Amino acid sequence: MKSSVIIFPGSNCDRDMDVALKKFGFENQMVWHNDAKIPKSDLIVLPGGFSYGDYLRCGSIAGKSRIIKSVMDFANSGGLVLGICNGFQILTETGLLPGILQQNKYLNFICKNVFVKIKNKENKYFKKIKKEVLELHIAHNEGNYFCSNDELKSIEDNGQIAVTYCDSKGNDNEKNNPNGALKNIAGIFNKNKNILGMMPHPERMIDPFLSGEDGSLFFKNLIESL
Amino acid sequence: MKVKVIVTLKNGVLDPQGKAIQQTLNGMTFDNVSEVRQGKYFDIEVNESDESKAKSQVEEMCKKLLANLVIEDYKIL
Repeated sequence: MKSSVIIFPGSNCDRDMDVALKKFGFENQMVWHNDAKIPKSDLIVLPGGFSYGDYLRCGSIAGKSRIIKSVMDFANSGGLVLGICNGFQILTETGLLPGILQQNKYLNFICKNVFVKIKNKENKYFKKIKKEVLELHIAHNEGNYFCSNDELKSIEDNGQIAVTYCDSKGNDNEKNNPNGALKNIAGIFNKNKNILGMMPHPERMIDPFLSGEDGSLFFKNLIESL
Repeated sequence: MKVKVIVTLKNGVLDPQGKAIQQTLNGMTFDNVSEVRQGKYFDIEVNESDESKAKSQVEEMCKKLLANLVIEDYKIL
C-alpha cells in the first residue's frame, strides 16, 4: 500500500507520520506542497504542524497550495485523505470537510493525552478496531470545532462524527471537553467517509515504551482495511 | 487603488480573545466596557484604477481567502 505525506512550510509532524506509516507496512513517500501532482497513492496524509506560521487562519494559506488541487481530485474520486491536527484545519479550509477549528475556548495551548470515543466504525479508518475508546495525544491552540446548526444536524444525520473527546470510560460530556469543541467533536468525516480530519495525533502513540499503543491500532486497521 | 477590508466574527460566534480583552479593560478601571469583538483589517493595493472593478475583485478575495464565511463576515470600506 502506498501513502503520500504532504509537507508544507511549517509542517512538523510529517516525519513522525512517515515513521508511523512505514512501521505498519505502508510504502510512504514525502510530497512537497509546491509539486503539481501526487504520485500514485492509496492514502494521502496532511500532517500536523503550523503551516505558514498559522498566518491569516490556521490552514488557510496551505489550503491554496499548488498540490491541493490534486488532493481535492483524489478525495473527490473516493481516495482516502487523512488530516491530522493542522491537516484537519487545512481540510476544513479547502471545504473538503465542513466547519472550522477555532481558537481553544480558554485561550490556552493544550498539549496532553486525551481519550476519544469512536462514534462510527462503518468506514476504513476504524472498521476493525475492537476498542471503543482510544488514548491519543493532542497538541493545539485551535481545536475548538465549530459549524452552523444546520451543518451540525447534517453531520449528525449522516454519521459524520468520527471521534469525540471523552473520559477513559467513554463519557463524551462537557466535563471531558478540553477545548470547547461543539459536541466534543475531535474528528469528522465527509459524507462518503473517505476523508477524515481529526485533532488527536495517532502517530504519537505507536511506541509502548514512549507513549502508548492506541495509535498503533489505528494504523494497523488502516493498512488492513485498504 | 487601495481597498480596505475589515473581517469580523459573525454575531453569536464565540470570541475568547475579545472576551479576554474586555475583562482586562474592566480590570483597568474601564468598567463600563460590556463587550469587545476582535477583528482583522487589510489594506490591499490593487493595480486597477476603476473603483468598482477593484472592489469586486476584493470581494472575490474575501470570499475565497480573507474571510472564512463559516464564522466570519467581511466589510469592504
